[in-house]
Amino acid sequence: MRFQDEYRARGLVQGLAQSIRGEAAALAVPLRFMEVCGTHTMAIAQFGLKTLLPETVRLVSGPGCPVCVTPVGYLDHALALAGDPVNMVTSFGDLLRVPGSCSSLMEQRACGRDVRIVYSALDALTLAVQHPDRRVIFLGVGFETTAPTVAAAILNAERLGLSNFFVLASHKTMPAAMAALTVDPRLQIAGYICPAHVSTVIGGEAYRPLAEQHGIPCVVTGFEPADVLQGVLMLLRQRLAGEARVEIQYRRAVTWEGNRRAQELLQQVFEPCDAPWRGLGQIPGSGLAIRDRFGRFDAGRVLPVELPEPREPAGCRCGEVLTGSIAPEDCPLFHTVCRPETPVGACMVSSEGSCAAASRYGVR
Amino acid sequence: MCLGVPMQVVSLRDGTAVAEIDGVRREASLMMLAEPVAVGEYLIVHAGFAIARIDAAEAEETLRLMREVFDHEDMA
Ligand code: SF4
Repeated sequence: MRFQDEYRARGLVQGLAQSIRGEAAALAVPLRFMEVCGTHTMAIAQFGLKTLLPETVRLVSGPGCPVCVTPVGYLDHALALAGDPVNMVTSFGDLLRVPGSCSSLMEQRACGRDVRIVYSALDALTLAVQHPDRRVIFLGVGFETTAPTVAAAILNAERLGLSNFFVLASHKTMPAAMAALTVDPRLQIAGYICPAHVSTVIGGEAYRPLAEQHGIPCVVTGFEPADVLQGVLMLLRQRLAGEARVEIQYRRAVTWEGNRRAQELLQQVFEPCDAPWRGLGQIPGSGLAIRDRFGRFDAGRVLPVELPEPREPAGCRCGEVLTGSIAPEDCPLFHTVCRPETPVGACMVSSEGSCAAASRYGVR
Repeated sequence: MCLGVPMQVVSLRDGTAVAEIDGVRREASLMMLAEPVAVGEYLIVHAGFAIARIDAAEAEETLRLMREVFDHEDMA
């Protein structure tokens, strides 16, 4: 496959790794670079990239899996909505097995609730058109890549005059969370491997405050093995030179200004709000709320439900995994009780979760 | 939730592309792209929308820079 195979070539990957090992010899202290995108987490595990790096250059996973950072309370809300037979709950597949306080959407579906997997928010909109007698609720979870697609669906619903389409929105924005992690002295993050696809939308410019105000190198990096290693090399070189800049490694898809159309859609429908992240707590300005003007599509506002007190799965340490403070293997439940077939926490459920990646590829 | 791969456009119709990777085909709305798209181009598709296109010239440049890193070292 073009734009994929070239960046997996063995010689290229080995050569970049060797350069990293060579340049890292000049390091006085070890460095921890964090990736904040589930697809990076998977790629690093799948291609065994950590084994190619020297002891002094460590990669840790941050809160890059949208399903994993979604708090239990949100799932409880979705589950309560699914309990009403008038409602049809539509979602990306990853969310279905994530446990809420007492159940999961998958279990509810097995009990006869109408829970459907869709590939796009537009598919949910189509279902609303086809079922005028039902309330179709789309579970809007994800970062700046997904939020514009949900915004497009809401704008379409308005244009079509639909009154049975709703979004339960819990979208989050990445730079605010990264800033929060940066100032946590326990984490000691020396640089960010910035997400590839989120950055196609927000652009390299979005990380400038992070780099300049917090003095932390940021490199927007692609998903292929050679991309990740080149990104690491760029971060390493910045550290060695005492710099903190934004660089774009993934230039074939990411620009400095990002995707203006996607940004406009997002801004038209959503506004920044404070948001709770699993593992990180409440982060000011890190969420996206549906604007008042589109309030009638906001399930959180117009379809109130009774919610139980949120209860995290007992013993699950997803919170610490999500901030990179422990590795999945450090959780006592990892591969004992919590396995891909019987996941306890969201980090094992989602295909992009750190625990799922560690379980599948077994690389530290 | 997101396919981390570029998909190739195989057909176009009314602002929607059909894009393919490894035999998997997906429809992708083109409303988020400012410039027109041609069959054969590579796009990044996320949840039913093309969110970016792959710039072939930049892709070549990235490979060149990658190779330069260790070509240079071989000489040293
Ligand atoms: S291994 Fe399972 S229980 Fe432990 S942190 Fe990961 S998801 Fe939670």
